[in-house]
Amino acid sequence: MATQEEIVEGLANIVNEIAGIPVEDVELDKSFTDDLDVDSLSMVEVVVAAEEQFDVKIPDDDVKNLKTVGDAVDYILKAQA
Amino acid sequence: MSPTNRTVVVTGIGATTPLGGDSASTWDGLIAGRSGISTLEQDWAAELPVRIAGQIAVEPTEVLPRPLARKLDRSAQFALIATREAWADAGFTARAGEDNSVDADRLGAVVASGIGGVTTLLNQYDVLKEQGVRRVSPHTVPMLMPNSPSANVGLEINARAGVHSLVSACASGAEAVGYAIEMIRSGRADVVVAGGTEAAIHPLPIVAFANMMAMSKHNDDPQGASRPYDKARDGFVLGEGAGVIVLESAEHAAKRGARVYCEAIGQGLSADSHHIAQPEPTGRGIAAALEQLLSFTDIKPAEIVHLNAHATSTPQGDVAEVKALRKVLGDDLDHVAISATKSMTGHLLGGAGGIETVSTVLALHRRLAPPTINLTDLDDEVEPGLVSPEARPLPEGPVVALNNSFGFGGHNVVLAFRTV
Repeated sequence: MATQEEIVEGLANIVNEIAGIPVEDVELDKSFTDDLDVDSLSMVEVVVAAEEQFDVKIPDDDVKNLKTVGDAVDYILKAQA
Repeated sequence: MSPTNRTVVVTGIGATTPLGGDSASTWDGLIAGRSGISTLEQDWAAELPVRIAGQIAVEPTEVLPRPLARKLDRSAQFALIATREAWADAGFTARAGEDNSVDADRLGAVVASGIGGVTTLLNQYDVLKEQGVRRVSPHTVPMLMPNSPSANVGLEINARAGVHSLVSACASGAEAVGYAIEMIRSGRADVVVAGGTEAAIHPLPIVAFANMMAMSKHNDDPQGASRPYDKARDGFVLGEGAGVIVLESAEHAAKRGARVYCEAIGQGLSADSHHIAQPEPTGRGIAAALEQLLSFTDIKPAEIVHLNAHATSTPQGDVAEVKALRKVLGDDLDHVAISATKSMTGHLLGGAGGIETVSTVLALHRRLAPPTINLTDLDDEVEPGLVSPEARPLPEGPVVALNNSFGFGGHNVVLAFRTV
């Protein structure tokens, strides 16, 4: 089970790979769309990569609720539990 | 806006080809008579009947930022690289609307591909089969659609007058340039980025073309494989890359003090309606396109001094083209320096009309016709003197150059340019 810090670090690496944003800029309060240059198509890539890395399932219907990095971290923490 | 008959000029050029990562290195390669054809060393090529191609000189991933490159099919990557060069070469330093140089509503993009994102389609099908549904990229559709190069070029420069993607196999790039000229002439746009791109070096397209008996099988001699007009020619060699030009109304170019390479006079078009893939052997359709060009413009055959031929190195097509030229131009063909640059670049399919337009524009600008390489034993139906293994100077004064492109499906396009 990944800790909150590990999930943030993992998401930062994923966002860096997909959108080229420096890992240190990927913080809990950042919006994927507005701050991190992750559009709706790239968000699907982020979700699939996160599912694999953290061994969770994130259904398509839930993706629209993941506005910020914090939203995604909370979702993954709950889904792991 | 009512139709006009505005003069159209070329103000920028860009390319990425098997000879170089930009238009300057490509031109240097052409004039030096250098072959861009090499052996396909990839594992997948080992069992193929054709194991040679004109592979890009500079990989696009070395030029484009990774987050951008991974969302673009290779054909759109080439188009974007050529566009960035052409846009800067034309003197633009920002996207349209971000400074006063061009109005976004008066800017168009027409960058064609013959096949589109075929490698994306096939690679993602492999992902589906091998890794499952969830792993298929959400970018697949915008990457594989044949209008993707044009659409991405339009986004890059902020083109809002119209973004178009003409598809006519190996005539696509030339048809795009012709359409762009008419967009400006008709008053729809002041500036249009136009050209062609292709990225089809993948086992399926190679095998498919090879099974049509359209490709050279000179696997043991890559640099000698593409040999237009030579008796030993046995088909085309596949190339990849893109060529793009910036077209502009003469008035718009003058107003911003742009450097002008040449005038883009117009195009002649026709269709063979003969066979889906075979060229019409007498060159009837090619002749019709050239006759239309001459009747629709003020070009006099005496002015024509250079032709970038379609000449793909197939036994039938090369000769049909020369027959058509002789039929229409008569003795005036004798002063036309014909260049078959596919002897060096290979055949870029929808990209051919793009890079060969760049070559034609530079030939006029530098007054130098590129050589044709691998002319060891000239076909009996091609008169000596029409083609040369050496670069040839073009005469002084106002002169005209043509660029021919023809495609599977019987599409014939002749583009015309004049020195300024």
